[in-house]
Amino acid sequence: MNHSEPKVFDFHGGLHLEEHKSISTSRPIEVAPIPPALVLPLVQHIGNPAKPCVKVGDKVLKNQCIANISGHISAAIHASSSGTVIAIEPRSIPHPSNLDVTCIVIETDGRDIAIENKLIGNENFQSLTSNEIQQRIQGAGIVGLGGAGFPSHIKLNAEEHPVDTLILNAAECEPYISCDDMLMREHADKIINGLRIMRHALNAKDCLIGIEDNKIEAYAALQSAMRDSDNIQLVRVPTRYPAGGERQLIYSLTGKQPPSQGRPLDIGIVCHNVGTAAAIDDAITRGIPLTSRIVTITGSGIPQPRNMQVRLGTPIQFLLNHCHSLEENIGTILIGGPMMGFKLEDSRSPITKTCNCVLAIHQRDVIKPATPLPCIRCGECTDVCPVNLLPQQLYWHARAQEFDAIQDYSLFDCIECGCCDVVCPSRIPLVQYFRFAKTTIWQQERDKEKSDKARIRHELRLKRLEREKREKRERHNRKKAALKKKPDQDDDPKKAAILAAMKRVQEKKSASDTNPANTDNLSAEQQAKIDEADARRKQQNKDTTSS
Amino acid sequence: MIINTPQVSSSASVSRLMLHVGYALVPGTLAYVWLFGVSVLIQILLACLTAVVTEAIVLVLRKRPVIKTLTDGSALLTAVLLALAIPSIAPWWVIVLGTFFAILFGKQIYGGIGYNPFNPAMLGYVMLLISFPLEMTRWPAAISLLEQVPTFQTSIDVIFNSGLGIDTISGATPLDSIKTQLRAGIDIPTTLISPQFGNLFGSLAGVGWEMVSLGFLLGGLYLLLTRRIAWQIPVAMLGAIAVLSSLFYLIDSNQYASPLLHLFGGATMLGAFFIATDPVSAATTPRGRIYYGIGIGVICYVIRTWGNYPEGLAFAVLLMNMAAPTIDHYTRPRVFGQGNG
Ligand code: SF4
Ligand code: SF4
Repeated sequence: MNHSEPKVFDFHGGLHLEEHKSISTSRPIEVAPIPPALVLPLVQHIGNPAKPCVKVGDKVLKNQCIANISGHISAAIHASSSGTVIAIEPRSIPHPSNLDVTCIVIETDGRDIAIENKLIGNENFQSLTSNEIQQRIQGAGIVGLGGAGFPSHIKLNAEEHPVDTLILNAAECEPYISCDDMLMREHADKIINGLRIMRHALNAKDCLIGIEDNKIEAYAALQSAMRDSDNIQLVRVPTRYPAGGERQLIYSLTGKQPPSQGRPLDIGIVCHNVGTAAAIDDAITRGIPLTSRIVTITGSGIPQPRNMQVRLGTPIQFLLNHCHSLEENIGTILIGGPMMGFKLEDSRSPITKTCNCVLAIHQRDVIKPATPLPCIRCGECTDVCPVNLLPQQLYWHARAQEFDAIQDYSLFDCIECGCCDVVCPSRIPLVQYFRFAKTTIWQQERDKEKSDKARIRHELRLKRLEREKREKRERHNRKKAALKKKPDQDDDPKKAAILAAMKRVQEKKSASDTNPANTDNLSAEQQAKIDEADARRKQQNKDTTSS
Repeated sequence: MIINTPQVSSSASVSRLMLHVGYALVPGTLAYVWLFGVSVLIQILLACLTAVVTEAIVLVLRKRPVIKTLTDGSALLTAVLLALAIPSIAPWWVIVLGTFFAILFGKQIYGGIGYNPFNPAMLGYVMLLISFPLEMTRWPAAISLLEQVPTFQTSIDVIFNSGLGIDTISGATPLDSIKTQLRAGIDIPTTLISPQFGNLFGSLAGVGWEMVSLGFLLGGLYLLLTRRIAWQIPVAMLGAIAVLSSLFYLIDSNQYASPLLHLFGGATMLGAFFIATDPVSAATTPRGRIYYGIGIGVICYVIRTWGNYPEGLAFAVLLMNMAAPTIDHYTRPRVFGQGNG
């Protein structure tokens, strides 16, 4: 084992936050009961939604694939218990956008019968090629369990760019969340083996695990799960939020900064989360797809906070009830931690692959947004920003809606960690302004793309009309000339010209009559607006006539 | 959009910040009162009253929340700083006018706290200095130098009764006397031992004034160590003054005052920790603040040494206020992942 720990680089800014982690780490991971119904969204990852391969009424078994990948960037979905498909319909899911997504709903039969090994387990992963490993991982529906849920097989592909360093993110820096910590304490062997598999697939030279120095038990567990021959470096990084941010961790461990707007892969680094490693071990070694994950159920609204192994698709309200949390006490529920988590709008939403924490806050403890004062340019936000941005300038331009200037101040490098928010003496909800600016800019870009396309279409159409008109005129003229030639050969050319001009005007007019401007090339949105207006008009007419 | 405040308790607030700056002013102010008499307290009181009334009226006229804005404490801080910056024996209308001007034209006219491009207190100060040069340059003498300890009544008279008895308690300041003497062709070492001025200079930089400066230094260090002010500004400003004054002192100690006199005489300490650090009008990038501090130090020294006024702090601050946006523009920190790490 490597005892000389390598140098840890210090990232800029960050915060020491109260941890609140020990409240959920005192009891072992508990397996959550089977809920009466499982709700499995087709989108639990970044990429294309999975395609259902079951119908309403089908009987399904645990671990059975119920939705297939569609395209390369996609992940399969498996039944997390046995039962009957009772619906495939839009339901609310935990996502910041708060949109409904198509879900496969399974009424469970309580027997939890698993399908005969659909995936092939293989104790000896060394015999598998990188491609085979990627395929199995994609087939097992594994996505990054630490954050956004990017399909994991893509980050195990070293063809496009060679990978020198594989980093396992075991930092888990956000307060309250302890699912990775508990997983490491109880299943360090799975994590380490998953890491071996990933390293094999990537053919990575170096392999590092970054863990915050407050996780003493987890550190020891990982250490004893490693063999000397593994040649993995287990590195403790100082406990300081956001030490577990991917870019911050990479910098802490290697001193390298992934390029702004780029990926770690661009500098030969790939970073995975410990939960993902364990899931990969399950899939490759034992042939078990991703159907459950560890979730931290915590917060002042939970009498006994804990970590649970939860079947994907379990409604969050079911878990809260199981933990004896009283609905009337809960002020707000966050998915994720207190810094970067988002508010859960509908507690019937299911646990998905990326839900690491359900933070239920008692109503007396909810921190309400304060009325902000103007920015006093104190620079506290600059001092804590881990990306070294100038949040006060970003804020200034976001307020003024100066979207060029704000990008000039590197808005899109902001990782929305919330550090600036917490220290701002004027209590300005900075991150909110930044999110707003980002979404607005995205929207504008989409609109521009759309309008560009529409413009091109419009121009093409004009050209076509022009051409048709010209051809028609030519045909007409030819005919006329052929007719005229016989009766009076020497007609006044001026008169003919005037006639032709009048004819052209006439034609033009009739053309524009048949094609009223601006009403084709309608976007769906515009059409909807027009329909709405029509409906309103009709309604009005009705109103006026009936009164 | 979902309203999402980080669910992490935070004690940061503007009023708390201002409160601590207020605490930090206590040692220097106490020394001031102890060594120069209570008149400065009367000035502070007058300034605060004026500030509150002015701001309240403006807020009512602008239909803004009065209580919430007043309790952010920034108007009071401006008032206190202005009161500490002007001569404590100036007549009452000086501080009233100055504070009124500072609040109205230094702050509210731009939209209140956060929007003022200039340090309001220094804007008020410069207005007073230009309009009332006589009242603004008559300073109190340290009590220990006076024949007779001034009573409370003397202070009241001096401030409210058109300067009655002001001659019994005023005196030249060290920086002032050096400047006058140099103009008369008398070099500094001679001034230091002259019967007229020799007793002014104390052990560091002037009887009384040096202790007041030490008091402000103490409070300033408190703010610095508790990270309530940006360290770059005071460090850079004091550093610039120390380096420049040492340099010229080494070149010719007959013509140039010693670094000690520059650091502990005049308004250097008050300026470095409490005035130049006003965040709203200062540079805001970490590197920019260093240039900003250096700029104030340099200009301050230049005005003191070669300019018409014995004290150059206010002008230095205002000039650098003007430069702050440009400084910020050219000193942006390198963003993570941009350029070579
Ligand atoms: S912390 Fe808040 S008040 Fe201070 S500079 Fe940043 S945004 Fe402005
Ligand atoms: S939220 Fe963005 S701007 Fe604020 S500290 Fe984090 S990275 Fe910096």
